[in-house]
Amino acid sequence: MIPTHHFLIVSAALFSIGLAGFIGRRNLFIIFMSVELMLNGVNLSFLAFARHLGDLGGHVFTFLVIALAAAEAAIGLAIVILIFKNAGAAAQSDALSVDQYQALKH
Amino acid sequence: MHPAFFYLLSFVAIAAALAMVTQRHPLPAAFALVLSFLGLAGVYALLVAPLMAILQILVYAGAIMALVVFVIMLLNVRDEDLPREPGMPWQLGAGFAVGGVFFAMMVDVLSKYNSSPVTVSELSRAYGTSATGEPLFGGIATVGQVLFLKYTFPFEVISVLLTVAVVGVVVLAKRRI
Repeated sequence: MIPTHHFLIVSAALFSIGLAGFIGRRNLFIIFMSVELMLNGVNLSFLAFARHLGDLGGHVFTFLVIALAAAEAAIGLAIVILIFKNAGAAAQSDALSVDQYQALKH
Repeated sequence: MHPAFFYLLSFVAIAAALAMVTQRHPLPAAFALVLSFLGLAGVYALLVAPLMAILQILVYAGAIMALVVFVIMLLNVRDEDLPREPGMPWQLGAGFAVGGVFFAMMVDVLSKYNSSPVTVSELSRAYGTSATGEPLFGGIATVGQVLFLKYTFPFEVISVLLTVAVVGVVVLAKRRI
């Protein structure tokens, strides 16, 4: 029998790796995927607590988080495509950098 | 279930996640993230969550990551499109320092959660078993009942959120409506 806190430590590790990627990288896609990784770390702890307590509420919230991630992927990737096209029209290099987000201000 | 499966699968998930954040090009990073999600799906199955394991593979590793890979290939990302990250080892090291502090704090809190979990036989008694004796906990029938009877309002809210997302993407993608 694997103790519950081992699952929780794996979920904390995944969340921390996602946090490190979110802070430390400048590539739009990597930042986006780091957010997905953080959501998955949270999902794992929801399921670990659901198993620990014998309560299905954690499964329901994992389901909702997956739906949320799908919505986030749709909107996030649309914004990435727009930023990339915008930077490409201005013939800028490093079109996938987070610095291109300043184009959203105008 | 042998405990080695858990350690193997979580090692795959964490190693692939580390490979994801250190890649320069997003395409190998996306494939590493798919591998991480597949390892996580195995961990979900070990947690008696068969429906969530299948959804993780179908929706996350299948649909969402396929969309990400599709967009990366559609944009035809060349080397000069990638941000120049001369300070990447330093920046990523700083990120890992912040993440490491956060991880240490969470481990300190979470390792107190070592009371014994509900046993599988108790789960079977509470949620019933299938004809072959498998617990119904975490299957489609039991999760669906809880979702539609107890968590109806969050379910409806998430459906509104998905509608808003679809409308938002169309507004973003079409300049003139």
